[in-house]
Amino acid sequence: MDKRTPLVEMKNIHISFGGIRAVDDVSVDLYPGEVVGLLGHNGAGKSTLIKILSGAYTADSGEIYCNGEKAVINNPRDARSYAIETIYQTLALADNLDAASNLFLTRELLTPMGMVDDDAMEAETRKIMARLNPNFQKFSDPVSALSGGQRQSVAIARAVYFNARILIMDEPTAALGPQETKMVAELIKQLKAEGIGIFLISHDIHDVMELCDRASVMKNGALVGTVDIADVTDDDLLGMIILGKQPDAKQEL
Amino acid sequence: MRLLGMIGALVVLWVMFDLITGGRFLTPRNLFNLSVQTASVAVMATGMVFVIVTRNIDLSVGSMLGFIGMTIAALQVHILPDTLGFGHWTIWVIALFGAILMGGLLGAMQGWIIGYLTVPAFIVTLGGFLVYRGAMWWVTQGQTVAPLDPTFELMGGGADGTIGEVLSWWFGVIASIAAVILILASRSRKSKHGFVVKPIWAEGILLALTCGLIMGFVWIMNSYNIAKGAVPRVAEARGIEMVEGLTLAHGVAIPVIILLIVTIVMTIISTRTRFGRYIYATGGNPEAAELSGINTRKLTVKVFALMGILTGISAVIASARLGAVDVGLGTLDELRVIAAAIIGGTALAGGVGTIYGAVIGALIMQSLQSGMASVGVDAPLQSIVVGIVLVFAVWVDIVYRRKTGA
Repeated sequence: MDKRTPLVEMKNIHISFGGIRAVDDVSVDLYPGEVVGLLGHNGAGKSTLIKILSGAYTADSGEIYCNGEKAVINNPRDARSYAIETIYQTLALADNLDAASNLFLTRELLTPMGMVDDDAMEAETRKIMARLNPNFQKFSDPVSALSGGQRQSVAIARAVYFNARILIMDEPTAALGPQETKMVAELIKQLKAEGIGIFLISHDIHDVMELCDRASVMKNGALVGTVDIADVTDDDLLGMIILGKQPDAKQEL
Repeated sequence: MRLLGMIGALVVLWVMFDLITGGRFLTPRNLFNLSVQTASVAVMATGMVFVIVTRNIDLSVGSMLGFIGMTIAALQVHILPDTLGFGHWTIWVIALFGAILMGGLLGAMQGWIIGYLTVPAFIVTLGGFLVYRGAMWWVTQGQTVAPLDPTFELMGGGADGTIGEVLSWWFGVIASIAAVILILASRSRKSKHGFVVKPIWAEGILLALTCGLIMGFVWIMNSYNIAKGAVPRVAEARGIEMVEGLTLAHGVAIPVIILLIVTIVMTIISTRTRFGRYIYATGGNPEAAELSGINTRKLTVKVFALMGILTGISAVIASARLGAVDVGLGTLDELRVIAAAIIGGTALAGGVGTIYGAVIGALIMQSLQSGMASVGVDAPLQSIVVGIVLVFAVWVDIVYRRKTGA
């Protein structure tokens, strides 16, 4: 299949919590301009796998390669240094801070005196929000005062602003209405066109069928298989998720 | 809005006490004493804001203040005079920095146990509360230490411990100019980015109010004359020629200057540094802070170390003001400090709280206490009233937050 170097390869990843194998010998990869869906039931290990890539957890064993080179990711800062950005299901926003403070958290713009430059950060936030969500106006309110969609756009802006090459989206549309879900879908297509690779975790088979190029399915911590979306039907995917069954002769080699 | 509410409460309190006492409350003399009495608790309250914002609590500050106060008192009375000579000029410097260092170390140790060993802050500092009170006794086997170094005592206020009239005026002028520059700089930064700024008249009123408050405070402090008997001594200390009928004013007290510097530094930390931003982010959502790459354990150590440093400074102010240290020094201060921070709008749930709020909170607490004392309310009733006010203030705050949705 693809001859290019993958943006990310996660090889034979293991992690256990108190004797439970949350992720068991899982390998996935991601190419530029590609959307890979990660599917599975609650507790299948999708979010855990992703948190290893984003630096929140460290794998017990296994290797991660970025652009063909071995990557060491021990914390979120490491992940960001490989241009890996994550939009967590919980959004991971500090509710008491405003949009700009959240967007730049741990990457604050500083004045020449080394002080936090709130005005410059707000100006930048206004710029990116004008692109992502032109209706967004509440720049000085804490994000707790924002709607679900607005909060989501803050989390997305945070991931996109810093020129991510690899984007992880954990259930990005779970809390959104139809209008906002459409907006996120548009954004994914736009980012994909820019050559960004996206891991999309979702429960929604329709989302996956519409947006993804490939899908990796997990069950009980193990990888069931990775398939090209073009080759499978909704029912094939459901079979993989529920029964852990390979669709006949469609497994990637 | 919050700020206006607190200042409103303070003004009501002052006017009420002034009416009840027949004009004895709002006098330069009483306001001077109030400012000095507030300093020690207010300095610690600014640190308690960070502790509570990060969803912790520090019950040990009163005992720690006593322990540090006793240690530096013993240092300057029993140890340093023997090695450096009595009244040596470095004694107060060593005592001051010794207190800061000791507070920083004790605080960092508590923070390390809380952050890295994950023992809850309530337990760790409750332990500290007992340990420091006991350790304080060991320093001198329970004996009171006095008198302290004369230069050291200046940091506690009193007739000598002020910067004098002339310097007070200069201080007011410089502080006013600094306030004007800061407000205008912020305005020009905002308009450079094309944000909407306040109309010029609103900015003007703000400037006038700020400068008026500063100069008014200096004027009041300069209206409080030093008692006749002390005039010759103070005149000599200030290098003024003593003549018959000379009157001298107190001016701004040194502990108040210390409080002001602490307030400014802490405000800058909380609003303009990464450290401060991380404190609020961690308090608002610890997991999010962690996922953003903030080392919340190290942050906890730093926050408690800072609390300890401020407790060290307060220990200097409190012991210098009394001129002697007995084993009761700092008793119940932890509750005054926590109450000041809470009344000042710091939310126990974390993530919310301001430095100026805590300072005003301390001022409200102190006004209440010394107001009741001057009215003649006896001590047990004072405790009852302060306790009720604390609960009432937090309830009002909860209602306010629910209404505004903030």
